[in-house]
Formats: sequence, structure tokens, C-alpha cells
Amino acid sequence: MKQFLAAAMLAGAIALPMTALAADYTIMAPAGPGGGWDQTARAMQDAMTTTGISGNVQVINVPGAGGTIGLAQFAQEANGDPTRLLVGGYVMVGAILTNNAPVKLDAVTPIARLTGEYEVIVVPAASELLSLADLTTKLKADPGAVSWAGGSAGGTDHITAGLFAKTVGVDPKLVNYIAFSGGGEALAAVLGNQVTVGISGYGEFQAQVEAGALRVLGVSAPERISVIDAPTFTEAGVELVVQNWRGVWAGPGLSAEQTAAITADVEKVVNSESWKQTLATKGWNNTWLPGDAFKAQLAKEIDATSAILKDIGLVQ
Amino acid sequence: MDTFALLLQGLAVAAQPINLLYALIGVTLGTAVGVLPGIGPATTVALLLPVTYKLDPAGSLIMFAGIYYGGMYGGSTTSILLNTPGESASIVTALEGNKMAKAGRGGPALATAAIGSFVAGLIATIALAFLAPWVVKLALAFGPREYFALMVLAFVTVSAAFGDSALRGLTSLFVGLTLGIVGIDLQTGQARLNFGVPDLLDGIEITTLAVAMFAIGETLYVAAQGKRAPETVEPVRGSLWMSARDWARSWKPWLRGTVIGFPIGAMPAGGAEIGTFFSYATEKKLSKHPEEFGKGAIEGVAGPEAANNASAAGTLVPLLTLGLPTSATAAIMLAGFQQYGLQPGPLLFTSNPQLVWGLIASLLIANFMLLVLNLPLIGLWVRLLTIPKPWLYAGILLFATLGTIGANPSLVELGMLLVFGLMGFGMRVFGFPIAPVVVGLILGPMAEQQLRRALAISQGDVMVLVASPISATLLAIAAVALILPLVLRAMGRGRILSEVATDND
Repeated sequence: MKQFLAAAMLAGAIALPMTALAADYTIMAPAGPGGGWDQTARAMQDAMTTTGISGNVQVINVPGAGGTIGLAQFAQEANGDPTRLLVGGYVMVGAILTNNAPVKLDAVTPIARLTGEYEVIVVPAASELLSLADLTTKLKADPGAVSWAGGSAGGTDHITAGLFAKTVGVDPKLVNYIAFSGGGEALAAVLGNQVTVGISGYGEFQAQVEAGALRVLGVSAPERISVIDAPTFTEAGVELVVQNWRGVWAGPGLSAEQTAAITADVEKVVNSESWKQTLATKGWNNTWLPGDAFKAQLAKEIDATSAILKDIGLVQ
Repeated sequence: MDTFALLLQGLAVAAQPINLLYALIGVTLGTAVGVLPGIGPATTVALLLPVTYKLDPAGSLIMFAGIYYGGMYGGSTTSILLNTPGESASIVTALEGNKMAKAGRGGPALATAAIGSFVAGLIATIALAFLAPWVVKLALAFGPREYFALMVLAFVTVSAAFGDSALRGLTSLFVGLTLGIVGIDLQTGQARLNFGVPDLLDGIEITTLAVAMFAIGETLYVAAQGKRAPETVEPVRGSLWMSARDWARSWKPWLRGTVIGFPIGAMPAGGAEIGTFFSYATEKKLSKHPEEFGKGAIEGVAGPEAANNASAAGTLVPLLTLGLPTSATAAIMLAGFQQYGLQPGPLLFTSNPQLVWGLIASLLIANFMLLVLNLPLIGLWVRLLTIPKPWLYAGILLFATLGTIGANPSLVELGMLLVFGLMGFGMRVFGFPIAPVVVGLILGPMAEQQLRRALAISQGDVMVLVASPISATLLAIAAVALILPLVLRAMGRGRILSEVATDND
């Protein structure tokens, strides 16, 4: 009702050219407006309308518990409905495990992985830590003395910190991880010298790195990223690659033809100018991986994530 | 170029007819969504974001800023008239504002809220233009221990809203603190007190609790009294406009509210509602009519309304200078910036001065527009109260329910609204104050998380809490605020005892 009212006011304010085209889609972002999943869903909406895949695309937000609330609702509502899509990502994998969610990712149909972002470890410019080697030395000497600021417990940032410790031979349970709720609180803690290091996606820190207020110690990518002036973890001798990816799912109970049709539509989105432009402005990488390959990769990641969350002590 | 020249240049950008139109659309939409509970400025900006792909960056950001300010303006209207706060920052407004409206002083309450918002928005926007780099330094000096100290101070000072009985006030507060524990614990990712209900994993929504306790609880209370209820609601008594006395009692709270709200809004973990708590407590302490608080004191509307608008401007300080979004709306505005390839942050002021100053200038213009838009509407709004009581309360019930399921279409959410509504009814019947429950839900989780962060960083050393000058000072003020009244009361009792003794002689 309210949405309708706002939409009506909007339509009154700005005359939108409305044309009815082929398929209608409803995309669920299992998070509040403004976050990465919401932005992904809205970018898909925009690409679908501009390329004429669909004239009527709606985005709905079902926030809560790392996407698991939206996932449960989606699995139920979208059963056998080929017009419904769900945006999600790696954070969901961890959230399902830590919340012991009743509805898991096997309850929906994986369509494709879309984008990815790598994690970076940063320190304030004035920090005594100059390289990943310095960090490793300090971490080995006294794991508790290194405080890591990042997003919520069990999320990608926490998992990366745990994996980093494990790879350099420190018990992940001893990682002194300080969870901050999203939206820059972790960044403020790093800038204010409240913690030793910050760990998050590069986008969170980009402006401060460019302004010289923060220094990147390392990137979780497999090879160097042109825009980030820092070595990868692997280059620095820490054999670790982590990608915070986002993807799209459809409901359960679809036929092979329906799944193929949805995949073809999503592929058109990914190849559209509008989508490419979005990736460029937001600094996301295209990590297109459709169908069964995505499914296999997902299964591997669920196993690995489950193992590290047990090591950290968040999952029994 | 100096700041002043840049601001004038910005005004020239914002004063272009097309940008004025965007600002007008923004403030109108913002006021509308602020009045409707459930759909907040964040959702509106998110809905508008895809539409604005085609607009130029300056125009769309000007519109977003208008929505943001407009939402803060509109939120107070339902709080005052219907006791239904549309967002957490206008909960405090309902405390005194609704009492005023019931006593026929809805006009002055709305006027002091509108003018207070204007004054605060004006001063805070100018402060944003001139003081941003310094304010942000202060904000960054706040780490977990400083925030914890600030929360302790907030706990101590908001006891001003507890009513007459400390025991009843504390009981209500602890109910709120318990509700604050519900959901996933941020530090460990473990669920607490959710009783296996997935919908409770994200905790209890503040607006759901506030709307339930204030609006539903009161509706039930009025309905339960039936015909015996005294006819308390008077649409208008005396002037619709603020009297000279209202002005005299309002202008200082406006200024104090601004001074309190702006820096707290600028803090990454501050939040608009904290500023309104402090402002309310301050006004109650400084008022010459403390006995009117809880019965409709105009200071209790003027201060918090100024504070929440000032903190809306404060939020833009870390957004523009650091790229830090400290509210949901700011997060979406950040996404809006990025959509145009602009990276807010330390470089934005130098790389896109025209845009930044255009935005600041249009905030000033939006502020004027809001005043012009809102003052004439007051006469219309207060007429809402002339609706016969059964209709009015049925309308409030409908409005509150629609707002809640509009924000989160879930059965559990609706169930919570009803359960908390019944709880609010029970608490009214037995004379427990409502506000401390909401205060506990807001402050409890913040205080807990900050304390645990501080102790984790120090690896368990409690002394870290007083080791910084800022936190030590805040805790000292809190201690004085807590102990001084007790000491004074003890001394007062001593004096009375000695007087009694002398009488006997």
C-alpha cells in the first residue's frame, strides 16, 4: 500500500515511459535497501528494462539475518514460479551455517554467479605495520594483540580473518575479531586508530586509500588488481584467495526449459551495456559462472566455510 | 577559493530553476513519507534511485537531500497528533507533543516543531559547510569506549523521562533492555532469545515497538474506558499559532537541541534518536516548569525536534568528508553518488566542489521550502483532531497497522505489533511509563556492543574504559548526574530534620 502510494506519487512526479514487454520478473533482495544485494537487484532491474528483456521488473526487499529470512520466504513463495529471482551471495553461505537456518541454499535453483569483490587488509597510514609480513609476525607473537575490525561475526570479513590466521599457522579461535554493523562503522574504527587492522571489501576503504589515510597491506585476489597498489596474499607468501561473490537463484520446482530460459535472460543482463556500466562505476568484477559449474563451486565453498567456522568456534 | 565564495557559487547552482524544482519534489515527497509511518526516507530514496539514472548528478542528489530533510520534518506530525512516531528519531516528540495536542495546543506544538526544525536545519547546514573537517575529527576520536561512556551518560540522563516512580521507571527500562537482547548477537553470530522463530533473528524493530506501545496501547486504553473516559481531546484551545510565551520558551531549546544533535549525528555510531534523548533530558533539567513535563511542555517538543533535524545535517558530515554513511538514508545516498562514479570521501570537496557546495546550498533552500510548505498545513493537520473519537482511534489503529506491515510484510511483525500493543495497554492500566521500554531497546544493544568491543580490543582490561580523556569525562559527568540528586536529597532531608528538631525546641 505504502509502496504503491510512493510509486504513485513518483509516477506523478516524474512521467515514466511504461511499455509492456515480454516476461515480468520479481527480484528479491534478501536485505534492506542500499546494501550490495539491493544494489545488485536494482542494477539487474535496470538492465532488464533497458534491454527489453522485461517491461515490468519489481525489486522487493526482505531484510534479515544475513539473507536467511528472505531465502526461507523465497523458497516457499517461488516454488514452480519462473518469474521470481533471488539475489544473494557468499555472506548467505556463512549466515546459514551460523544461524543453523532451516532453509538452506539447496532449497532453491542456482542460476549463476554474477559479480565478485576481493577482501583487503588495511591499516591507518601512521601504523607501524608496513607489510603483510609485519602483520604475520605480530599475529604469531601475540594473536590477541591484533584487533581486526570488519562486518558482522561469521560474515566474509570474519571468515577471511580466520582463514588468514589459519594459513599462517595461528589458531583461528585466537583471532581478536571486532564485529561492527555495516555502513562504515568499521572504517571509522580503523581511521580513528581504535583497532590494529581493518578487513573488508576494497570498496569500503577505496576513498580513504586514495586519499592516503589508509594503507593496503594485502588483497585476497588470485593475481594483482590494477587499481590496488598492494601485493596479493599469495605473493606475500600466504596461500589464500577469498572472493565475496554475489549471484542469482530461481525458485525450486522449475523444469529444465524454464531454468534455461531464466539463465538466458540473466546472461543477456550480464552482456548488456547497462550492466557493464554498473560494474565499472561500482568497481565490481564480472565473475559470470552459470548453472552446474556454479552449483559445484557452491558446494565446495559451503564445505570450506563450514570447516573454518568450526575452527573459529562459531559453529559446533 | 574560500568557503564563503564556494557556498555562494553553490547557491547559484542550486537556484537554477530546474534544481529548485527537484528540491521542491524532494521536500514534498519527503514530508509525505515522513507523515506516513512505515515508509521512511531510506525506502523512498531507494525507490527513486533507478529513476534518477537519467537525471544529472546534481539534480538527483538535491532531490535526495530534500527527501531526507522532508522526512525529518514530516515525522513529527503523526507523533504529535496521533501519538504514532513514524521513525525512531521522533519518539521523544510524542511524549510532550501528543499531550499538548490533546490539550488543544496541537497548533503551537506543530509550529514549534516546524520552526525548530527550520532553525536547527539552517544552523546545522551552515555548520556542515564551515565546520565539517573539525567535526569529523571529533567524531573519529570516538571509539568503542567513548561510545560506551556516552551511552552510560544517556542512560543516566534519560531517567528524566521515567515519570514519578524510579522503581516503575526502572522496571520499564529493564523490559526494554531484555527486548534489546533478542536476535543475533553481532559479536558472536549466535541467536539469543528468539525461541526458534527466524523472524526474531534480526531483533525487534524500534518503530514497531514504539508504534505498538504508543498508538495501539493508547487506543486499547481509550476503548477500554468506553463512555466513562473524560472528553480530553480538544482540537484547539487558545491560539492556533504560537503565543509570545511559547516563543520565549522555545527559542533556547531550539538552539540547545541544535548544538546537541549536530555532533551526535556526525558520529558514525551516534544516531538521531540519541540526540533527542539528550535534548529532552537537558530541557527537563533546565526548564523553569519541570512539573509540566509529561503533561505537555513545549520545551520537550522544541528541543528534540531541533536535535533530530540537526543530526540529519550532522549525518552528512562523515558522508561527504569520509564516505561514511551513518544512517540508512545516507547509505543509499552514497550508492547514489557511486552511481555517477563519484566517490565521497576526503577528495570529494576538492575533486567536485561544485557538486558538494551545490548540495549544501540546496539543503539551505530545501529548508526554507519546508517551512513555507509546513506552516500553512498546521491548520489543516489539527483539524484531524476534530474527528469523533471512535473514528479517530479506528483510524490510528488502521494507520499503525498499515505502516508496520508496509515496512515489513510479515505475520510475525504484525503479531509483535499486537502483543506489544497489549503490553502497552497493560502498562498504562498499572501505571508503568512507556518511554523507558523504547529507550531500553534503543540504548541497550548499543551500550552492550560498544562495551564488548572496548573490552575485546583491550583484551579484557577494564581500565581501558577510563583511560581516554573523553570517556573519563563523560563517565564523570554521568556519575555526578547520578549521585548529585541523591546527595542533595539526603542533605535536604537533613535540613528538614533539623528544622523539625528546632520546632520542637
